[in-house]
Amino acid sequence: MASNPFAHVVTKVCGPPSAADYGADKLLRGIVWGAAAVILLLVAYIIFELGRQALPAIIEFGPEFLYSTTWDVQDQQFGILPEIWGTLYSSLLALLIGGVLGVAIAIFLTQDFLDHRVSNVFRTIVEMLAAIPSVVYGLWGIYVLIPLIRPAANWLHDTLGWFPLFGTSLSGPGMAPAALVLAVMILPTVAAISVDAFKRVPYKVKEAAYGMGTTRWEAILKVMLPTASSGILAALVLGFGRALGETMALAMLIGNSNQISLSLFAPANTLASLLASSFPEAGPLEVQALMYAALALLGITLIVNVLGLWIMKAATRKFEGR
Amino acid sequence: MTGNISGAVLEQDLQRMPQLKGSLLEGRGLKSRIFTGITWVLAILASLPLFSVIFMLIAKGGARINWETLTSLPPAAFEFGGGIGPAIVGTAVMVLIASAISIPIGILAAIYLAEIDPYSRLAQTARFLAKVLTGFPSILAGVFVYAAMVVAMKTYSAWAGGVALAVLMLPTIILTAEEALKQVPQKMKDAAYGMGCTRAQVISKVTLPTGIPGVVTGVLLAVAGAAGESAPLLFTALFSTYFINGFEGLSEPTSSLSILIYNFSGMPYDNQIELAWTASLVLVLIILVFNILARVLGRQKH
Repeated sequence: MASNPFAHVVTKVCGPPSAADYGADKLLRGIVWGAAAVILLLVAYIIFELGRQALPAIIEFGPEFLYSTTWDVQDQQFGILPEIWGTLYSSLLALLIGGVLGVAIAIFLTQDFLDHRVSNVFRTIVEMLAAIPSVVYGLWGIYVLIPLIRPAANWLHDTLGWFPLFGTSLSGPGMAPAALVLAVMILPTVAAISVDAFKRVPYKVKEAAYGMGTTRWEAILKVMLPTASSGILAALVLGFGRALGETMALAMLIGNSNQISLSLFAPANTLASLLASSFPEAGPLEVQALMYAALALLGITLIVNVLGLWIMKAATRKFEGR
Repeated sequence: MTGNISGAVLEQDLQRMPQLKGSLLEGRGLKSRIFTGITWVLAILASLPLFSVIFMLIAKGGARINWETLTSLPPAAFEFGGGIGPAIVGTAVMVLIASAISIPIGILAAIYLAEIDPYSRLAQTARFLAKVLTGFPSILAGVFVYAAMVVAMKTYSAWAGGVALAVLMLPTIILTAEEALKQVPQKMKDAAYGMGCTRAQVISKVTLPTGIPGVVTGVLLAVAGAAGESAPLLFTALFSTYFINGFEGLSEPTSSLSILIYNFSGMPYDNQIELAWTASLVLVLIILVFNILARVLGRQKH
């Protein structure tokens, strides 16, 4: 009997369930139902609590809060347009870099380029990139990345300074180092979801392409990528959502400056890093304004994430028919 | 060979036929090679940050790894020496609080989603919200707990920090545990039902024991993630330069590795910056251990 995997079941259950068994069953069902309901209550409570705390600021500042540009504690003037701009701009730049790298890695890992062992190494590397904490990336950005890119950035500014993207010099923290670190941080998300998207494409599809005499890259670019495109789009949108909410690395690298600039080398600010840097020392009215900003961040990320999940669901349904 | 006409036809045919023997260095073959080269470059480019981070952690943080650093209090502004003891304890305690809250709720919710009623409206909503919450900015968990707990308790505390981390761990645990429980073969459950087991008995005697390695993998990954979080602790646990002082100490501001790194990274003192690197190394090592454990367990499953 020792080798029988059902031994513990067999010895315990003989005869029909007793009243106590039925009671335990009811109880367990009730408990797990409650646990599943917790997540609903949690989300509702988060939205309610943030809304309640932000309400005075919403009444006071109205929608103008979202498109005015000053954040002045003395004058009690609060507006978050520069932060919204910085959040979207940094995330977009990160998506541009992290998206290309992430999809390239996904192609690399799924399209039979590598020996099984080598591809495991790369998979581990990507997973470890995701495991490194945001603050450590911030520290690395301050002491490695900024000194590394500053000469190149300032050369670009000196020679191509008329071009808006290079309009200022990089004196330390700024948009470029922040976006680069952000790109590294969203790369694992994009890569992992894209890998799934490629794996969902039936092998027959690729075989058919090879059978028509395509080279490996013709098969990838003309058959695999278009077929997996909806899944890759989901990966990009969810990666973008991840970038929008990323906090610590940005708070350490973006310079927390309340301005709107196209320049890659100018300091800027994001909603999340505004919260991180201003919250601890904020007075009562500023806290309300920050709660309003938090609500705005919640709104933006919710929309992007729901959109991403929705695309992913549609992409999965395409292949699995459910 | 049989005449001029058929010879000419053969030659024409040969010219019309696609060239089956392609060269690797021209046309489409070359294009394919170039793309492959670009992909290699991109993949190596993407791995560079990891190696750079690891190199810096060891080069800059490795020197200070010793018993004194790991156990003593952080230094004041111009002090030499000092360590990260309270931060290690604080991180451990808050992750423990977060685990105590999120692991039971997460696993129970996963049982509902995987086993009791996978297609009910509650299950579908809960699953969707859990997925949405995995992309939830971690700083908002901090803002939420500040509003819900810190304001009411009138103090920053380890409790608040733990709850904020729990909010972030919960969706990960629910989703990974659900996946793990779904992997349990239906036949095993059917066999148990066939012997007259109730739902609760099937779950506690077949589904959970069989699915537990996968569940633990998910839990370990969630714990690793929580240990590295800093944004949710910024204004829930705040920071402290002392060790947690007994049970009452849990209701006071608490130190953590990630906030220590954040605070010390911006200081103009070499000693603090060195400690920030050391703390980063310790934090990454802790996370690595949990990740490796998760991987080992995850592999055992197959």
